[in-house]
Amino acid sequence: MFSNILIYFVIIPLLMLGGFALCRTDKAVRTVAVVGSMALLALSVWLLVDYIALRQGGETAEMLYTGSWVWFAPLNIHLAVGVDGVSIAMLLLSSIIIFAGSFASWKIDNMRHFFMWLLLLSTGVFGFFISIDMFTMFMFYEVALIPMYLLIGQWGTGRKEYSAMKLTLMLMGGSAFLMLSLIGIYFHSAPEGGQLTWNLLEIAQNDSISRGWQYFLFPMCFVGFGVLGAMFPFHTWSPDGHACAPTAVSMLHAGVLMKLGGYGCFRVAMYLMPTAANDLAWIFLILTGISVVYGAFSACVQTDLKYINAYSSVSHCGMVLFAILMLNTTALTGAIMQMLSHGLMTALFFALIGMIYGRTHTRDIRLMGGLMKIMPFLGVGYVIAGMASLGLPGLSGFVAEMTIFVGSFQHPDMFHRVFTIVACSSIVITAVYILRVVGKLLFGPVQDEHHLSLTDATWWERLSTVTLIVSVAAIGCFPNFFEWLIRFTFSPEIFRAIGLN
Amino acid sequence: MQPVIPIIILALPLTMFLVLGLLGHKMSHRLAGILGTAGMGTTMVLAYIVSFTYFFSGNPSFVDAETHTRLQAVIFNHDWLAFTPSLVIRLGFLLDPISALLLVVITTISFMVHLYSNGYMRDHHGVWETGFQRFYAFLSLFSFSMLGLVVATNIFQMYIFWELVGASSYLLIGFYYTKPSAVSASKKAFIVTRFADLGFLIGILILSFYTGTFNFTDLTSVEVTDGVYQISEGTASSIKNIFATSAAPVFMGGSVLTWALVLIFMGGMGKSAMMPLHIWLPDAMEGPTPVSALIHAATMVVAGVYLVARLFPLYLMEEMSLQIIVVVGALTAFYAAMVACTQIDIKRVLAFSTISQIAFMMVSLGVARPEFHHGLGYMASMFHLFTHAMFKALLFLCAGALIHAIGSNDYTAMHGLRKHMPITHITFLIGCLAIAGIIPFAGFFSKDEILTATMGHSTFWYIWMSAVAGLTAFYMFRLYYLIFWWKEHKVPAGHHAPHDQPWTMTLPLVILAVVSCLAGFVPMGNLVTWNGHEMFESVNFFTNFAALDWGVAGISLAVAIIAIVIATVMYKKENPLPEKMKNLLPNLWRWCHHRFYWDELYMFITHKIIFGCISKPIAWFDHYIVDGTMNGLALLTQKVSYAIRGLQSGNIQMYVWYYLIGALLLGAITAICLI
Amino acid sequence: MELTMIYYLIPSLIMFCCGVYGFITRRNMIAILISLELMLNAVDINFVVFNRFLFPGEMEGMFFTLFAIGLAAAETALAIAIIINVFRVSENIDVRDVNKMKH
Repeated sequence: MFSNILIYFVIIPLLMLGGFALCRTDKAVRTVAVVGSMALLALSVWLLVDYIALRQGGETAEMLYTGSWVWFAPLNIHLAVGVDGVSIAMLLLSSIIIFAGSFASWKIDNMRHFFMWLLLLSTGVFGFFISIDMFTMFMFYEVALIPMYLLIGQWGTGRKEYSAMKLTLMLMGGSAFLMLSLIGIYFHSAPEGGQLTWNLLEIAQNDSISRGWQYFLFPMCFVGFGVLGAMFPFHTWSPDGHACAPTAVSMLHAGVLMKLGGYGCFRVAMYLMPTAANDLAWIFLILTGISVVYGAFSACVQTDLKYINAYSSVSHCGMVLFAILMLNTTALTGAIMQMLSHGLMTALFFALIGMIYGRTHTRDIRLMGGLMKIMPFLGVGYVIAGMASLGLPGLSGFVAEMTIFVGSFQHPDMFHRVFTIVACSSIVITAVYILRVVGKLLFGPVQDEHHLSLTDATWWERLSTVTLIVSVAAIGCFPNFFEWLIRFTFSPEIFRAIGLN
Repeated sequence: MQPVIPIIILALPLTMFLVLGLLGHKMSHRLAGILGTAGMGTTMVLAYIVSFTYFFSGNPSFVDAETHTRLQAVIFNHDWLAFTPSLVIRLGFLLDPISALLLVVITTISFMVHLYSNGYMRDHHGVWETGFQRFYAFLSLFSFSMLGLVVATNIFQMYIFWELVGASSYLLIGFYYTKPSAVSASKKAFIVTRFADLGFLIGILILSFYTGTFNFTDLTSVEVTDGVYQISEGTASSIKNIFATSAAPVFMGGSVLTWALVLIFMGGMGKSAMMPLHIWLPDAMEGPTPVSALIHAATMVVAGVYLVARLFPLYLMEEMSLQIIVVVGALTAFYAAMVACTQIDIKRVLAFSTISQIAFMMVSLGVARPEFHHGLGYMASMFHLFTHAMFKALLFLCAGALIHAIGSNDYTAMHGLRKHMPITHITFLIGCLAIAGIIPFAGFFSKDEILTATMGHSTFWYIWMSAVAGLTAFYMFRLYYLIFWWKEHKVPAGHHAPHDQPWTMTLPLVILAVVSCLAGFVPMGNLVTWNGHEMFESVNFFTNFAALDWGVAGISLAVAIIAIVIATVMYKKENPLPEKMKNLLPNLWRWCHHRFYWDELYMFITHKIIFGCISKPIAWFDHYIVDGTMNGLALLTQKVSYAIRGLQSGNIQMYVWYYLIGALLLGAITAICLI
Repeated sequence: MELTMIYYLIPSLIMFCCGVYGFITRRNMIAILISLELMLNAVDINFVVFNRFLFPGEMEGMFFTLFAIGLAAAETALAIAIIINVFRVSENIDVRDVNKMKH
């Protein structure tokens, strides 16, 4: 078991948890957090390199590094792990954001407990991405959700109790649907009389879920994950939750946790139930299409920085689900690129908003102005994040969106192409709200005399920001590499939903 | 050709951007200025080498010696992002007549502006403008993006750099970011062009969906058949067939190809400020004047023209799309010329003049047909692009010198400057003569070609465009007289008299003035034609003279001279005539002065309709309906809980009652079932 | 007259119903406790009776009764301890007043 590299993605966070329990000073907590998150980052980079070497060496298995250990035999529950390019991209994303998030919460109150909950959340996230057993996957999913309640309720700002409650309850509601559909899948995971299984690969191999059951289970599964992916009309936890969460939690939540939704949608719902995915995609396509435009328009009139960003996340994450539903290789590749891109840039946004809020003690853009002159580093960072968000070439947003648009437009059906054009229009609206914020917040005359005495970023804030900017630029400048990494998963032979399309 | 020099041409400005952007605040202002200028100078020399090699080396990959046809040469082409096996974004370097021409134009103007800014971006006491290094960084970024745009080998590369020039334009317009007007101008420029880019993007999607390629060489190759130069059979028939057969539907009266081309043209309309997407350009004058000269007069705003020229063989397949281009261009030209006659801000006059002149180029492309003088309009358009870049940059840089000396954009603060600033005066006059189309200055030749081409297409548009040419001469000389004559310049008490600027600023003026005098003699017909075929058998210095159609040239010259005479009468000396004219047609004047209220219309659409009628209701819906439903559910749960809480009274005897009744009921049911 | 099972069961039933009635209607906690004991004992009688008549050779019912008596004693001790404590706090052993734990 311990010879499998993937298991260390869960073990390291657990070790860090133990480490935090022993820490007595903030300094020790920081040391553990930095060392641990660097270890995670190193591990995911090493995994990436090794994975590339294996693939270059002609490895054609669908998942690599697979392993499976019995956990509860009567119900066939295993701890089964395995990764492909998509999972590796997600693991890399998570470790980058945890790394940046550790630096962004350098000065938080009650640090030891904060980091313990944060790392418990990370354990869930990593566990989710490495699992290929539906049950353990679901368990890690829940592990990732619950700490959020405490993190927001304890360390949040504003209406934190309300938001924490709303977020947790809505996501739990989603989980209920999800649990139901996972159990449903389990009981149809093998042909009559066969050995039932929770293992994704085996279920896909068996392909024994009947059309009728797919019609029943697919929408539940998609909605269950879709709640976390902020699909309209189940997105309403997201603005409140993000607005009230502390910086690192917002980063991790918007950056990684919302990706769990999109990842689950394609990894479980579409992968296991290709027929229903093809037949019912249009319903969700309408909903996600609404998300994309709706989120962008809503963001135009918000005045709170975090709300603007939260609605922008609704729009961008809507784009992820939208592309997943397009069911062709290019669009799905674009969806994963968008997950990476959105994860990084939104984490960057939330990090910067947290840093600005920590100085000005307000997030209302009407009360701020001319911050570029006062804190140039944060200002430049914000402009870069904004440019990434509105899709400037050379940064990640552009490649992701273009892959989605080109991929979606390849659909032979007119309905899909018209919807693609509708989604395209979001690039204009995005420009409107991003430039509105940038113009009000950073440019123009200084609004508040007190802001003149504020300082620019400290070294740990700079490190956190630069890490994310470099990652965003890396995707934007070398998209072909990421495209290659992801594309394999979505070849029609492996991802049957595409083959059926 | 080895790809080394082309790579350096692109890499050098990018490196300069990174160096100045990341390390700029650590270096002195002077060093940053020198570094930026030297970098651009090197790029210019290299670009000259590349263009010269392309046009004159006779290398078989550049020119087909037998048929005297210039070819498209892909110097390098690197995969950047592969969507599908056939749809691949590549970053490459395409050399053909128009990209070679634009390389020269961009690097020349950019270098002049870099040089000029060394003087412009500091005040009279030599104190550097804050953010000087940032300014140079952005200039380098812009130059890189613009060069990348013109050498694009595929339409998506063009789109990438198209967005990048938009962003660098945004950054440069908003250079004085503490000034609210500059901030809103930059925002407006970005959003309006972004809206146009949406059309461009959709056009690309449609085009690539049906043709399965992004590559310009596949889309637009031209070849010789039976001694006639035309779109190569392969391209034409395949594209025609694709659009005609593959279930390509007709949508709202236009074929899909028409729609794709019109949408792509919409992108061009945004960047080239064609009506009704022109509103950002006058506001863009909030940026520093050298920026206006570089981006908003000479290079970026002609990107739309360049885009249409690049896809010209495709446009030729759809008569309707060319007609649309002509109509849009002609209306814009006239509109902008009218407005330019009534503006007070000298940079705004020049901005509207730019819009009008770009519209000339558009019209010229729209009327170009292979049947007529080997596509004379295409050549004329590129010729005008070249000459216009030179003299408009000159005019803007002169305006910059004036603004720098006076400290205001209004001509009301200037008047009678000819004695104080002689060099600026002479160079400005040369610029005005060039744009008015007086022989032998640059504008005369290019404008004459355009009018000839228009005449060949339609007499109506010919008369229309000649009238616009007359208006051009009128408003330019109106401006000239109001700045340099009208009345004696009054120096406010305690101020120095205005004087010519330092050499860094006057040198570019002089160079550009010389170029504006001579550019008309470039035998463009042999260098740039739509199919690469050389127009003239042999060339010498007077080729363009010899090729003139004196009927058209004579008329346009006469129109220009009459317009100049009118301007002289009205504006040379202070007199009440302009005021009388204004009172004669007060409504027309007011509409022109307010630019026909386009800005107000857009304000209405964005604020009242988009914000007021879409965003606000959506936000309301989100807050009260979607959120409300969730809160309502929570409230419902709470209410039900409170309602059933009474059952849990804590009174143990009540519980026993419940138990008892329950047990009895259960017993009764069991009994009934058993019986 | 042979003493059949029914002669034991009817008094036991009466005892049980009395216990239930007392448990529901009395307010005094001691009285409630007594009613509870009454019900328990009724059940004990049933155990013994069923064991004696239905499974004469076996002893499980007897033992179970002994266990129940033992448990009842312990439970009574505990209940009285609680009641005394309640009385100390509220000077009252009316069951309706013992509702502080609800909040």
